[in-house]
Amino acid sequence: MSFPLEDFRDARLVHAALEELNKVTTQPWVIMEICGGQTHAIMQYGLDQLLPPGLELVHGPGCPVCVTPLELVDKAIAIASRPEVIFCSFGDMLRVPGSNEDLFSVRAGGGSVRVVYSPLDAVKIAQENPEKQVVFFAIGFETTAPVNAASVLQANNLGLKNYSILVSQVCVPPAMQALLSSPDNRVQGFLAAGHVCSVMGYWEYLPLAAQYRIPIVVTGFEPLDLVRGITQCVKQLEKHTFTVENAYERAVTEKGNQSAQGMISQVYIPVDRNWRGIGMIPQSGWGLHPDFARFDAENRFDTSAIVAHESEVCIAGEILRGTKKPNQCPAFRVLCNPSKPLGAPMVSSEGACSAYYRYSSDAV
Amino acid sequence: MCLAIPGKITEIHTANGMRMAKVDFGGVLRETCLEALPEAKLGDYVIVHAGFALNTLSEKEALETLEIFREMDALADAESELNELSS
Amino acid sequence: MPNISDAPSFANAACPMPLPHGAQVVMGHGSGGRMTRDLIQQVFEPLFSNPPLDAGNDFAALPSLPGELILTTDSHVVSPLFFPGGDIGRLAVCGTVNDIAVSGARPDYLTAGFILEEGLPVETLIRVAESMKAACEEAGVLIVAGDTKVVEKGRCDGMYINTTGVGWKSASLSINGANAKPGDVILVTGTMADHGMAVISARGELAIESEIQSDVAPLNNLITELLKAVPEVHVLRDPTRGGLATTLNEIASQSNCEILLNEKAIPVAKPVRTCCEMLGFDPLYVANEGKLVIILPEEQSSAALAALHSHKYGRNSAVIGHITNFRKPRVLLKTLIGGTRILDMLSGEMLPRIC
Repeated sequence: MSFPLEDFRDARLVHAALEELNKVTTQPWVIMEICGGQTHAIMQYGLDQLLPPGLELVHGPGCPVCVTPLELVDKAIAIASRPEVIFCSFGDMLRVPGSNEDLFSVRAGGGSVRVVYSPLDAVKIAQENPEKQVVFFAIGFETTAPVNAASVLQANNLGLKNYSILVSQVCVPPAMQALLSSPDNRVQGFLAAGHVCSVMGYWEYLPLAAQYRIPIVVTGFEPLDLVRGITQCVKQLEKHTFTVENAYERAVTEKGNQSAQGMISQVYIPVDRNWRGIGMIPQSGWGLHPDFARFDAENRFDTSAIVAHESEVCIAGEILRGTKKPNQCPAFRVLCNPSKPLGAPMVSSEGACSAYYRYSSDAV
Repeated sequence: MCLAIPGKITEIHTANGMRMAKVDFGGVLRETCLEALPEAKLGDYVIVHAGFALNTLSEKEALETLEIFREMDALADAESELNELSS
Repeated sequence: MPNISDAPSFANAACPMPLPHGAQVVMGHGSGGRMTRDLIQQVFEPLFSNPPLDAGNDFAALPSLPGELILTTDSHVVSPLFFPGGDIGRLAVCGTVNDIAVSGARPDYLTAGFILEEGLPVETLIRVAESMKAACEEAGVLIVAGDTKVVEKGRCDGMYINTTGVGWKSASLSINGANAKPGDVILVTGTMADHGMAVISARGELAIESEIQSDVAPLNNLITELLKAVPEVHVLRDPTRGGLATTLNEIASQSNCEILLNEKAIPVAKPVRTCCEMLGFDPLYVANEGKLVIILPEEQSSAALAALHSHKYGRNSAVIGHITNFRKPRVLLKTLIGGTRILDMLSGEMLPRIC
């Protein structure tokens, strides 16, 4: 017996939900979905074409692959190129362009780069290869922070001296704040990332909703979840209310998973983080707690000589902030495509540019 | 950022000092870290991301959500039948 | 001055015979000499015997038949060598048989070239060869020429196999990717993505346990049954690397036509769908090794389905879409919920993602 997941993709129920959405939408609105996974789902199901005309969905910077700073990608490449290193990463990162090359080309050059499904598998690789240094590229939002932290805790328990992580952890609320406080912000409502909230809860969004007078709806990833989240957001906009609502109750509670949060605060401390395409956002990410500093790959390997060079053509920043759409970029399709990406949003399969390229209904 | 899918806990054990489970996703099984869910038990559904269970899934909430839409769908059907009759 | 009688004696010198390397493949097995012959006698001769092969020449002399000669080649580098539902040997034979069969030709003869990694257990080679023999018998083809080379440890993944195949086709039969016409329907002969996901689960790096089996199979008999029931088939292809979406893009390009698929109609087995969702893969881009894409006139589809359903490799055949009247080479998918999206070619390797 399986969880009734398929029902959340049922065409009839989705149509009933869309009819309701159409009924309640009386004027144009701009809503941002933060999470790249939601962008991907919207595109995959062609949901964007079924929304009421005038309702605009803007794709936010919720793609940890896209926002990992160029400098860190270059550091990853430098570390992975070392002969004593086995570099482990989620698959998404392998094609992200650094200043000169990507992790794929390190592998082609003879470096040991391995795709893993979980950082805990990287710990296992470290156990099995005691003569090598195993480094895991710990990217992610709050969803991935607990498992990345768990890998450090496990390596610590096992007394491993050959495991470390290259950290690129970022957090959603500071990014939302940066977006909302920008003078060219057009976003009027948010769909908050369902799985981020599964870990962290949604209490952090209450002050944001109040300060910026903006409705925020915690939303899931199935078509029915997405339509429901959008509908609840529109209902608030039409009524001029601005509260935080939970439309993903089956996986999210207000307080979130406190054990997971405990693991995060044991291993990590808040730090300033540089967001590729956006710039430095204070206290917007996590770095390793001093108790676990020895697991930091940036301490273990000297990467101080790295100087990053961004592509001059790529407008990833504007895409990530939602101020431009991928098809407004002069390089889109012409110079930049999934096989030869100029920037991260074209690489990540949930990056806005990649989603547009693959699924765009403009030409339909 | 959040590719996570639901699965059912079929086995719980400890490995390398961590609470682990064998989770069945529907014909596919995988070792999953259960360290953040000390209360989760055999037969529970969990939402799993990168080999880590983020939370238990409430079947009750899921069914309630689906019920809202089933009612909406039934209402829409009834309305259109009514429209057909009166036209 | 040294006395010649003090010189060491070489009488009764005994040079130790080389130890028999029956257990593992070594460099000498690829040298073309006695050891190569020993390997062939130990592994291949007991399994493959036919007049051209037994003649022992560096060539196979074959009779020519009326019609068009169809020729194809493929190299197989799959890792691991053995996966649920098949192995590299079966894959090699079926892949080449199918490439010939989709032209409408009857596959007759194959060659098999092996590149073996030093240290490969001979037992493994025998298992692969046995599997090739079984696949050849099922398909009704003969392996009439072969070659064996050995490379140093680390220079290949255990074993690579190249197969070339020939068959004969009636000149009047025209089945190829440029023949799709507006109004035609598109069928597939069963569930998608089985092979690719079986290999990925077998690789072990993703630590997934599943019941997924590769669908690797020779489809020439299925095609024969289909053509008996429906003489006017426009396009036949097996959606291997890159999956269904890539194959249909190729056909759309060759035929300069627009394809519209119905997502709901595309069969995907539950564990395969689950595995794809875990890793963020799209089943429409995952390889198949025992399935066909068939494009034919709409009025023939019932007869085609009847013929396919009565064959063991076509039980789950279904109509999944049609060729529209719009002359633009692309593939569209009507999604489960009624939206429409473009299905592009696969770019680069599909990688498991977290986002």
